[in-house]
Amino acid sequence: MSRSFGLPEFVYIVAAIRWTLLLSLVAFVGGGLVGFAVAILRTTQSRILRLLTTGYIQLFQGTPVLMQLFVFYYGFAVLFDMQVDAWPAVALAFTLYAGAFLGEIWRGSIQAIPRTQWEASACLSLDYLQQLRFVILPQAMRISIPPTVGFLVQLIKNTSIAAIIGFVELTRAGQLMVNVTFQPMVVYPLVAALYFALCWPLSLLSRFLEKGIDANLGVKRPL
Amino acid sequence: MPILALNGLSKRFGSHVALDDVSLTVEPGEVVAIIGRSGSGKTTLLRCINGLEAPDGGEIVFDGRRVERSRADLRALRREIGIVFQSLNLFPHLTVERNITLGPTIGLGLSLAEAKRRARDVLRQVDLEDKLAAAPLQLSGGQQQRVAIARSLAMRPRLMLFDEITSALDPELVGEVIGVLEKLAAEGMTMILVTHEMGFARAAADTIVFMHQGRIWEKGPPARLFTAPVTGELRSFIDAILPVTPGITHAAS
Repeated sequence: MSRSFGLPEFVYIVAAIRWTLLLSLVAFVGGGLVGFAVAILRTTQSRILRLLTTGYIQLFQGTPVLMQLFVFYYGFAVLFDMQVDAWPAVALAFTLYAGAFLGEIWRGSIQAIPRTQWEASACLSLDYLQQLRFVILPQAMRISIPPTVGFLVQLIKNTSIAAIIGFVELTRAGQLMVNVTFQPMVVYPLVAALYFALCWPLSLLSRFLEKGIDANLGVKRPL
Repeated sequence: MPILALNGLSKRFGSHVALDDVSLTVEPGEVVAIIGRSGSGKTTLLRCINGLEAPDGGEIVFDGRRVERSRADLRALRREIGIVFQSLNLFPHLTVERNITLGPTIGLGLSLAEAKRRARDVLRQVDLEDKLAAAPLQLSGGQQQRVAIARSLAMRPRLMLFDEITSALDPELVGEVIGVLEKLAAEGMTMILVTHEMGFARAAADTIVFMHQGRIWEKGPPARLFTAPVTGELRSFIDAILPVTPGITHAAS
């Protein structure tokens, strides 16, 4: 006997959004910190640091998120010799995944700032960190907003992959409700609509932020 | 004592020799105009003086002290030497005022109030006091270059370098920038300019330096250099620019 799809099932699915959001947030904040460090290190003079950070980015960009997830999940299980909670493995995997992509996006944004901006600020006796802080990063930030938000949208949608190892977030909650109601054509469109409801406002926000900054610069695009 | 002495400066980019044994002294208050064809090493010379390029050989002596290539030395040097570039490179995300106060507050460690006073002073010097709150990209190219000059002046440099600062401007905007340069020269600012504005070079410079193939080919006061060039290279250079530069007469022709 299967249950029909009613309010409790609906509420169960909607409530699972919090795990999708939390995972996305952890990955975005953690990945943001990692990515920022990587972006800065990749633009420094040190060969070793550039090599290490490039290797990290290539590794995480060149392998599927699912494999990264498996490696961390089963890796943790083997290391700690027991059934582990999915949370730490999932959080770490998505953080490193996000760090690689954000690092690359932000490196590109920093390097898109003309060399003359570095030179002009150096000639005002600013040191490297001051140049970054006052001149380069504020401009790089503006460039990086659309790709960063674009990646955040990807990240939110990709957290659904965590469903495969049994982490209960939006997609997994949907699967569970399909299992009990046998109504995939009700449940999955609903799940998809909920993802859309999360991601669409972000795209709007991105456009809004860009416009605000353009107005500050006193220009219409392009910069 | 000269404020700046270059002794045997050389610089190569790969196999290309950009500077070849360049020696030059500049006295306080002197206005030096560097002329020459493109690729003759003018810009490289200027960029070596404030450390944007590292020379391969020779030495730079500023105010009696040899400049080393340490970060601290370069930072100290840039407090004393200002530069304005050909490309318009104000900081587009900052107001005109912040463009100007950034160096004095962050680079020199002055208070914001003092830096703002300087900003008003230097904007008055370039006649753009009303643009204090403007965004750089709202300004014309000529105005942007004048703000760039003001930004450099706010550091109270003892030597100013100008690298073809009118070359990227529409012709009708060149005059206002030249006007500012003339005023600075008249006020006794020590300056080295790379320029194609021969009328200005002739009128305002104490010394003309003609560069060719990375070397100082000929050097002297404008009256002599423009009217009685010694070398064939300078003569042909002057002949080439003469028809388009009013105000310069060629005695030899």
